[in-house]
Amino acid sequence: MSQNRLWLWLPLALFAFFAGLAGYMLTQEKDQFVESTMIGEPLPEFALEPAFGGLPGAARTDFVGGKPRLLNIWASWCLPCIAEAPQLEALKAQGVEIIGIAIRDRPEDVANFLGQYGNPYTRIGSDRISEVQLAIGSSGVPETFVIDAKGVIRYQHIGDIREDDVPVLLAELEKAQ
Amino acid sequence: MIRVMLALLAALMALPVAAQDSMPPAPYAYNQLEDPAKEAEAAALMATLRCLKCQSQSIADSDAPMAGDMRHQVRSRILAGESPAEIRSWLIARYGDYVSYEPTVSASTWPLFAAPVLVILIGAGVLLRRLGKRRSDAGDAA
Repeated sequence: MSQNRLWLWLPLALFAFFAGLAGYMLTQEKDQFVESTMIGEPLPEFALEPAFGGLPGAARTDFVGGKPRLLNIWASWCLPCIAEAPQLEALKAQGVEIIGIAIRDRPEDVANFLGQYGNPYTRIGSDRISEVQLAIGSSGVPETFVIDAKGVIRYQHIGDIREDDVPVLLAELEKAQ
Repeated sequence: MIRVMLALLAALMALPVAAQDSMPPAPYAYNQLEDPAKEAEAAALMATLRCLKCQSQSIADSDAPMAGDMRHQVRSRILAGESPAEIRSWLIARYGDYVSYEPTVSASTWPLFAAPVLVILIGAGVLLRRLGKRRSDAGDAA
């Protein structure tokens, strides 16, 4: 009999568990980031036209040989990209080569942005239909990828680079040596 | 007062708009394929792919520029002769199961499919035992 009584509480206990779980999950911050599953994979083949007159375009071959590089997905219409511009400058000052890919951008807008916020790039490819962005599993602007000298994607940073992300990226570049 | 509220509302709405680009959409973002059979294939696939920017819409339903670029990818790949399954796995290789807007059975999602079956089986088991017991009780009483 007492055994049966205990069983009667089971549904209520289950309900309390799920209600508690739901309540707990409501207090947790939702992770809005969609991470690329291309980490450890080679950079796909691509060759993009220059994003404006001042710099050459970007291709997969530009990432092969020498030191690891950063691939920065950005756009002149992207507000967080303005916020990360000084951090890209700081990375460049540390001797990091940054190759940009401008998403759905116009040459004159790219030139204006660089004139206003500085130019940390050695090359910028123009990705007018987000094809390279989709091919590397990036879901927004800005995003920054560490590419090793063999052209393999090693690390992804989602969102604008803040001051405390700079050492993290430098360490990831070091790791990719 | 209402005017102020409306102005505030307008200010709120302007922000996401300002965050978008002003480029014309990719060729196949809003244009259908000429071949109706291919367009049907593409449309069916697009309804099962998640918009990465908006997350609770398929790329067929979303007006986000990135969803447009994903539709362009789907249509131009279908046009180039790729199968919907190939395109779907191309995207899953880049964004994980998350990009699938249609639930698929995989190593991490199988419990979602197994759980209801399990619960029904347990329920059926309990019911059978109870009914069996009641019948035997009735048999005893008779």
